[in-house]
Amino acid sequence: MPRVSFIDADGSETTATAASGQSLMEAAIANGIDGIVAECGGNMMCATCHVYVDEPWADRLPPRSPVEDEMLGETVCPRRAGSRLSCQIRVDEDLDGLVVELPEAQV
Amino acid sequence: MLMLEEHPYPEDRTDPFALDVLAEPYEFHACLRELGTVVHLTRHDVLAVARHDDVQAALGDPETFCSSAGVGLADFRREEPWRPPSLLLEADPPAHTKARHVITQVLSLAVVRGLRETFAAQAEGLVEALVERQEFDGVRDLAAAFPLKVFPDAVGLPEQGRENLLPYGSMAFNGFGPRNVLFERAMAGGEPVKEWIARHCEREALKDDGLGARIHEVAAAEGYEAAEASLLVRSFLSAGVDTTVHALGNALYCLASYPDQWEILRGDPDRARHAFEETVRFESPVQTFFRTTTRSTELDGVEVPGGVKVLLFLASANRDPRRWTDADRFDICREARGHVGFGSGIHACVGQMMARLEGEVVLQALARQVERIELAGEPVRQLNNTLRGFESLPVAVVGS
Ligand code: HEM
Ligand code: FES
Repeated sequence: MPRVSFIDADGSETTATAASGQSLMEAAIANGIDGIVAECGGNMMCATCHVYVDEPWADRLPPRSPVEDEMLGETVCPRRAGSRLSCQIRVDEDLDGLVVELPEAQV
Repeated sequence: MLMLEEHPYPEDRTDPFALDVLAEPYEFHACLRELGTVVHLTRHDVLAVARHDDVQAALGDPETFCSSAGVGLADFRREEPWRPPSLLLEADPPAHTKARHVITQVLSLAVVRGLRETFAAQAEGLVEALVERQEFDGVRDLAAAFPLKVFPDAVGLPEQGRENLLPYGSMAFNGFGPRNVLFERAMAGGEPVKEWIARHCEREALKDDGLGARIHEVAAAEGYEAAEASLLVRSFLSAGVDTTVHALGNALYCLASYPDQWEILRGDPDRARHAFEETVRFESPVQTFFRTTTRSTELDGVEVPGGVKVLLFLASANRDPRRWTDADRFDICREARGHVGFGSGIHACVGQMMARLEGEVVLQALARQVERIELAGEPVRQLNNTLRGFESLPVAVVGS
């Protein structure tokens, strides 16, 4: 099972395992990562599953859909170059070792 | 319709739209889930999908499970719809994508956040007056009164004629079912209601600073004609009122019926948003929607033919024990996220953040101002081919 790490705004890191086919958001919820709210459950309506993905990982993710791009303009914490909605990232073996940063707040 | 009798699906003869089934649907839902991934409902010759993961999978594959043939029983490829189809709900990509982009711009998170203060003040004021009265009808005086005030205000409708909104919603949501007594009753004498709604979807009828006028403005910028923009406003007026009325009524009913849950909410009013979410899971205001298959496919390894109507049981998915622990328990502390009460995928409710805001501020006002809440009489259900909720809900409250 792929392992993914979340670094929260204070810099502390938590590593979680993702079941196959899970989204990064679902993996975060299943592993009790507090910094992900994900109120809409993955429908791209709430923008409370915001994460920052930096190089080298950013380039390995599939591109943002137009709706994801639009929603990223509505996050509570500022959008950065690596901003993604974690509900739109499928975690597979290729993403084993993925590291993402959590914004200071989601709501 | 393909000849479904050639397919080896488990059969069920129940009419999902029969009055007694609509009144008490959950046992029937449990039977459907037990029968299999896909069940043939012989009464209407359609397929049923009732397990959580399968409902979600179907909603997540709009190319196969399409909406443009109607999301009710009527098959638009064969039957004339009772009204011009919605550009959103009854559309497929790419047309749907374009129309949805208009609405998501108008109903952005920033706009919803901007409504909070007004909505919260309205809720506090309404609840304050009800605490004074001690006994009231939870539907008429709160669950309906609140959305009927804040929603048309936000859209920019005039005060006069708002009584047309609920009958229109009843037509729209009964209209997704068969031509049964509920359908006929909702449509009877409906012409003036339809006319009022159509007239008030037009730009001239809408106040300059409301969401309705914004829809016209954004739609025009995206290349829509005025008549199409009016149809987009109509989506708002059909989908945005009855749904929230029933959600609030169901929340009141649950909180009045489960005192332990009420105590938890009262002790922590910040849990209001969670309590509303759990209500949408546990007593889903929108119980079902249809899709039509464009090609054959598989759900959980079971073949589904192309060209058939498939009834997706959202409310059953939300109580599927395969997905939820103690599925039939109302529990405002559970993780309700992942329910499909607002749908899922590209058609997922575009008003869900506004609905959550309405739910949150009303339940929070109650939690802050009310010490005890209980039923003060027999609740009366309002039966509808799609919606679940109450006609009246006598409640008694003691202020805190
Ligand atoms: C608790 C209240 C509500 C519930 C339970 C609810 C439920 C739903 C569901 C289940 C769908 C999916 C339909 C499908 O998949 O075919 C939907 C779509 C929709 N809802 Fe809501 N809704 C609520 C409130 C609202 C509000 C307040 C608005 C307007 C501001 C609204 C506007 C819409 C629209 C326009 C669609 C069509 C979206 C599309 O097809 O892309 N709803 N709703
Ligand atoms: S969970 Fe709501 S946008 Fe990702």
